[in-house]
Parts: sequence; C-alpha cells; structure tokens
Amino acid sequence: MTTMDARSMGTSVRRIEGPDKVTGTAPYAGDTVADGTLVLYPVQATVARGEITAIDTSAATALPGVAAVVTHLDAPRLADDGDPEHRVLQGTTVHHRGQYVAAVLADHAEVAAEAARLVVVSYDEAPSTTGFDPDGGSYTPSALGNGQAPDSVVGDPDAALAAAPVVVKASYATPMEHHNPMEPHATTATWVDGRAIVHEASQGADLARQTLATLFDAEVEVSSPHVGGGFGTKGFLHAGTVLAVLAARTVPGRPVRFALGRRQMFETVGYRPATVQHMALGAEADGRLDALVHDVVGATARYKEFVEPAGGSSRSMYAAPHRRTSHRAVPLDLDAPTYMRAPGEAPGSFGLECAMDELAVALDMDPIELRVRNEPSVHPENGLPFSSRGLVECLRTGAERFGWSTWDRAPRRRLVDGWWHGVGVGCGTFPAFRMPGSTAEITFTGGRYVVAIGAADIGQGARTVLTQIAADALGVDVGSIEVEIGSTSLPVGSIAGGSAGTASWGSTVVEAADRFRDKYGEDPDDGDHADAATPDNPWAEEFAMAAYVAQFAEVAVHADTGEIRVPRLLGTFGVGRILNPTLGRSQLQGGMVWGLSMALHEESVVDPRFGEVINHDLAGYHIAANADVREIDAQWIDEDDGYVNPMGAKGIGEIGIVGVAAAIANATYHATGVRVRSLPITCDDLLTDPAFG
Amino acid sequence: MTTTIPLSITVDGEQRDLDVDPRTTLLDALRERLAVTTPKKGCDHGQCGACTVLVDGRRVLSCLTLAVAKDGADVVTANGLAPDGGSHPVTEAFLANDAFQCGYCTPGQVCSAVGAIDEARRGMPSAATADLAGDDVVLDRAEIAERMSGNLCRCAAYVNIVTAVEEAASR
Repeated sequence: MTTMDARSMGTSVRRIEGPDKVTGTAPYAGDTVADGTLVLYPVQATVARGEITAIDTSAATALPGVAAVVTHLDAPRLADDGDPEHRVLQGTTVHHRGQYVAAVLADHAEVAAEAARLVVVSYDEAPSTTGFDPDGGSYTPSALGNGQAPDSVVGDPDAALAAAPVVVKASYATPMEHHNPMEPHATTATWVDGRAIVHEASQGADLARQTLATLFDAEVEVSSPHVGGGFGTKGFLHAGTVLAVLAARTVPGRPVRFALGRRQMFETVGYRPATVQHMALGAEADGRLDALVHDVVGATARYKEFVEPAGGSSRSMYAAPHRRTSHRAVPLDLDAPTYMRAPGEAPGSFGLECAMDELAVALDMDPIELRVRNEPSVHPENGLPFSSRGLVECLRTGAERFGWSTWDRAPRRRLVDGWWHGVGVGCGTFPAFRMPGSTAEITFTGGRYVVAIGAADIGQGARTVLTQIAADALGVDVGSIEVEIGSTSLPVGSIAGGSAGTASWGSTVVEAADRFRDKYGEDPDDGDHADAATPDNPWAEEFAMAAYVAQFAEVAVHADTGEIRVPRLLGTFGVGRILNPTLGRSQLQGGMVWGLSMALHEESVVDPRFGEVINHDLAGYHIAANADVREIDAQWIDEDDGYVNPMGAKGIGEIGIVGVAAAIANATYHATGVRVRSLPITCDDLLTDPAFG
Repeated sequence: MTTTIPLSITVDGEQRDLDVDPRTTLLDALRERLAVTTPKKGCDHGQCGACTVLVDGRRVLSCLTLAVAKDGADVVTANGLAPDGGSHPVTEAFLANDAFQCGYCTPGQVCSAVGAIDEARRGMPSAATADLAGDDVVLDRAEIAERMSGNLCRCAAYVNIVTAVEEAASR
C-alpha cells in the first residue's frame, strides 16, 4: 500500500486561526456575552455519600438579582441515557463530594456565588470509602475503559517465572491526576421554541448534541469553534453541561452560562485514576524474556465504572512466550474517572518501562539492547503483523542523537557541581485507529472548495491540517481550501480523541475529495458538491497498527536537597507521516512536558475523611511551568505506512507523554542509585532513602 | 440592593464608564460588563496567568485586581497592543513561532511577554539573573522561561513561547 502524494502535507502551514488566538478574539464557550445572560453558580454536595433530606432555598431566592434556584425538587425530568453522571438533579442520592445538588441563576457572577452559599442542604450521610487501598476489596471489571477485556493470558507465565534464570518483581504506583486544560469547561445554553442552542467547550460537538438530545428529548444545536484544551476531559459530557442546559430550560429564551471554576475541575469532570501495578519479568541471561506479567489494581467510582487500561501496552510492546495482563478495580465514592491523555499507556508505561530498566540492571545489560532483543516480529498476543513498527529504529537513532553511549552504565557515577547526573530511557506505544461515523462535504463556491465536517480543534490544529489534507486530496493549493469545523450545523464529525481525530476526519475528507473529482473532474461549476462517510479501513483486521516512541531523559539531582531537574528530554517517534512539522513537533513536545509533569509534579491528594481533593487548585496541583522545561526535542524517523490511512499518518496527540515518566525515573536511578517506584518522584523520596547518602 | 461604584477606565484605547459591584474583579468587569473577552479566566486565583493584562504599562493579573481600585487606569489587552489594527512584535513572534496550541492562555502570555520584555529593559532582575546589582539584563532563554513562568500553558508550548519572546525582545 502506498500513501497519497503530498504537496502541502509535510509542510509547516501556519495555524489558520492563529491571528484570532494571539489577539484573544477567538470565541470560546465562556466568552458569550449576550444581553440578558444569566450566570449559573452551582451548589455542591458536602458529603461523599448519602441522601439529601432537605433543601432550603428561601434565602438564596430572596437575594436581589437571583432569577432562579433549581433543585431536584423542581428540576425538569431527564431521560436516562445509562450514564449515572448525567442524572443531574434527578434525585436525592449523593454519589460523591462536589456533586451538583442545586443551581443558582443570577444577573451577575457575584450575586450567583453569594446566593449559592445561602442554599442550605441537609443530608443523611452514609459511610463512604474514598481513599485508594490497592489491597482493599477489588473486583474484576467487565471491560476496561478502552473496551478491551480486563485479562489476557498466553502460555503459563507463573511456571515460566519460576523457571527463569533472572527475575524482576516490583510494584509501581501512579496517582490520581486531573487534566486541567487551561480553559475550564464552559457551557452557554439557551432554549428557544423547544430547541436547545448550546455553545460548549467540547472535543466533539456531535457527541455533545447526541447526548443532550437523548437526555432532554429535544432538538439540540451545539457549536464549539474553539476549545481551550481537552486532554480527554471534554469528550464525554460531564454533569456541568447537563446542569447548565437543565437550568436554562427553566428560563426559556434567556442564555445561561456556566463556566466552571478551577476548583470544580477537581470535582466533577473526571480524572486519571490511581493504579498500583505489579510487574514480573523473567528472562534468560541473554535478555530474552520468558515471561511478562503486568497485574494492575486501579481505582474506579462506585457509581460509574471506568477502569484505566494500564496493562494494555504490555500486550504488544515486547515478545515473551508466556505472558499475562490483568486489571482489578477498587470502587470509591468519588467523581467518576475518565480518559486522560494516553489512558492506560501513560501510567502503564511507567510500570513496564521501569521494570525493563530494573531487568537491564539485573542482567548488567544496556537497557536499549535489552529492548531490541525483545522486539516482536508479530503482535505477541494476536499474531498479526505490524503495519509498521519503528521502535528499534527510534531507539537506535535516538540513542545516537542523545549521546547515550558516552555515559557509563553504572549508577551514581557523575557528580557535577553538587548535582548527580544520569540518563534513562523509556519506550511507549499508542494504537493507530480510525473512528467511524464522520461525513465530509465539499462544495465548490466562489472559486474555493469549502470542506465541512464537524471536527474539533482543541489545539492540535485540526483546521490547519485538514486544510492541508483537503488541498492534497483535491490537488489544489491550501489557499483554495476553506475548512469549516466545530458545529452540529455541519456534517457529523467524530470526536477529537484516541489520537484518532486527524486519521478519522482526514480519511473522510480524502474520500469526499475523490468523489468530488470523480463527479466533476478538475473544472467544477459553482455550487458543485459531494460528500462521503468515513470509509472503513480494509486493513484494520489484517495488521496491528500503532505509533511508537523511545524517550531519553537526562536528570540532575541536587546531592544535598534531592531536587530533581530535567536538563534534557529527547523523544524519537515512529508515527508515520508528520502532516505539519511545526504543529506536530509542538504537540509531541507538549506531550513530553506532560510526561515530565507526571514524573515530577502531578498528584491529586484525596482526604479520605471527606472525599475531597485537597490540592484542588493550580497552586496545590502543580503542572509544569515554563522554567521546568529546559532542553526538549521531539524528532521522528521516516516511516511510510500505507495501511493506517491514505495520509500515512498515525495519531500524535497521546504518544508524546508515553514513556517519559519511566525515562525520568530510570535516569533518576542512574544518577543517584535510588529506585523510586511511585509517582510523582519528589525530593523526600530520595532524601529518605539510605542509598541517597 | 447591592451598592455600585462608578468606574472610568480606558480599555484598548477606548474610554469606558460603568458602575460596578465593589466585589467585581477587573477581569469580570472586562469580560462580563464590557464584553472584552480577550483576557481569559483560567483559575480566578492568580495561579495561571491567563487573565494577564497591562495596566498603566505593567502586567497584572486582572483576576486578583478589584476593578474599583483601577479607576482612571489605562488597560491594554492582547487585542489592543497595536492600535489602528496593525501588528505588534510580540503577537507577530507568537504567530511566526507557533507559540500556542489551544490559544486559551495565549492573550495572557502575550501581555505577560510585553511586560517581561519591558521589565528586562528597565534592568529589573529575576530569580534567574546572576548579577542582581547590574543594570543590564540579558534576556536569554533561562531568563525568559523564569519571567514567563507565571503563565501556565497546559498544551505546554513553552519551547516555542520562549523562542517567540526571544525573537520579539531582539527587535
């Protein structure tokens, strides 16, 4: 299979909406300022589990400027779409602290906030469990968050471990983490003649429309032209959107705006759940794996299951004749977890890639060589050939560029000006797939081709890259293309998620372009138009398709304080064709910074007495700031994969984060001789270890 | 009834008069009362920088500033840096270097960059400045990263932000 010819694809076309973004004039969902807009401020549960016994809204309602106070007693009824998170104000049961139990609508934000504080809610509190205990009661989920089976077994891994000459067994922990896009979720909703008109911060306007239409049994329009970051939390709708549309229904004709505060971003929009990963690797003296076991225990919510598929990448990364992955879930009385950038792969690669590093140490072998020796020729579980697999080339070229061979393999060798320096490697993968269900329409008008598809630009650059794809598919310059996205007034688009947005929408645009040319040739008339649905990938069942990365990190650890810095990060990626090098590099580097942030900063701390994230703001929950990022570089190998899609592009939204935390943890070991097996790695992890000195 | 207080400010070159609740922040006055939505609300606690504007030439967090305290002030947002609709070196550099992805923090980053470049020109040191007593601040990448660290970018376009500020500062 060959990929389509590229003229614009592969060049660094500037972001189309750039001028609007640098001047702040691009409209986000919370930027609606229509006259008569009511501001929504929520009342949230102060217990983790229980029943509401009474709500007194009299003081709030009496406050001048308050238009309405909506509670479960008078809220419009919603249809049940099967998602417990969407049962907003439909009953008395409290599933988690922070759950919305009422909404105040007022003319101004200050009044709405004050009125919300005046609502008195009484509860019959029930015993709750909100602290994650991996040894507590767990169960086997029916499916993982990505739909895969919770367990997989090949051969007899326990017997193979018992017989293996070299064995590494260790447990690794990853914490609860919150997405925290810079734009908190926001909804502006107006009901007009029984229709809901919704401006939503969404990774998929049509998914939002479908969900709301089902819940409200009404026609719904959703626009989402600009989205201030998503990272998974703006995919499936959360309670806040439902609350805004519900409250708006009580004041027909008036716009209602609910822009979540940062604190609510830790209470009602999901998170990456904590995991403990029990790894066991058995190998021959030459490094070849006999057995690979990845047993995961993860947190979920009692009222809504989501299980982080942390063992998923261990099913495909390395060859081993005997292997097992398993996932068990511990139910907690918390907000429901959800997809967060590289769900599964990000935490799972920490366990697997640190264990591989520990095995390399046990074997006294170069960790790169260990991985090369365990490169599978086909998918180790399902036996499918790979459409392309660049991991070894990524390791080799990355090592060369990074100067890997100049470092002594033994740990704790390089002390420079009071800082221990070390290097580490960690690898990763992320599936390349295509979502069905989009439609693209191409219309020739005024000498330009208007390409309409309900795609979402959440910062990845969909507008720009789809313009490039359309230009090449139609054989014209990018200046002849106008792409329209981000609204349900356009043909349906699948979501920006799963690193599959560009692959899915792009394949659809290419199909529509082919049909357009078949119908009208090279010289169309004004008004000519063609459309196409997302074509199935005929190779989807024939090949294993995924992106790969080798991440290299240098860390410096202060010998006295244990402060960890990351002076250098290099990611070498095998991700097919990069459609726009400038945008692609930025997205990959951004993912790598997420990995750095995961390694050293991010952890949501739940107070098990109350079920509350106590570091629920950006002062308490640290994400990487500018000065945390030193030298960071994303490179890619030449990879021509004609099986994934006509563009030859694998998704790049998530692969950037995968493997980074392991690379940093492994480099920290190399620098100091201290092995830290839980994230984030902080000074106290090092200072309290006798080996740190 | 809530007491309101008259306020007169200049926003992006335009004189604006309004009455505000004394609890209203400058950010909410701009966004909700004047429909100036260029500065964004990322945290409302002065922890992210998305609301950064220039007040009388200096960068401030508008979410931590009470509107009534800025009566008579000259407020400039990222949309008012270049009067007459022209371009500004900082916004140009952000565009040329792709110094953003989702764009939500960007108006704050742009204003912060304008402020940071001006502070460096006036010799104000930062935690990354070696010689605190010196007059000259060399705005190298470490200085820029330090001075721009009050503006979080979750897309983490930091590498390109530093390059953009470096380029704009050299003009």
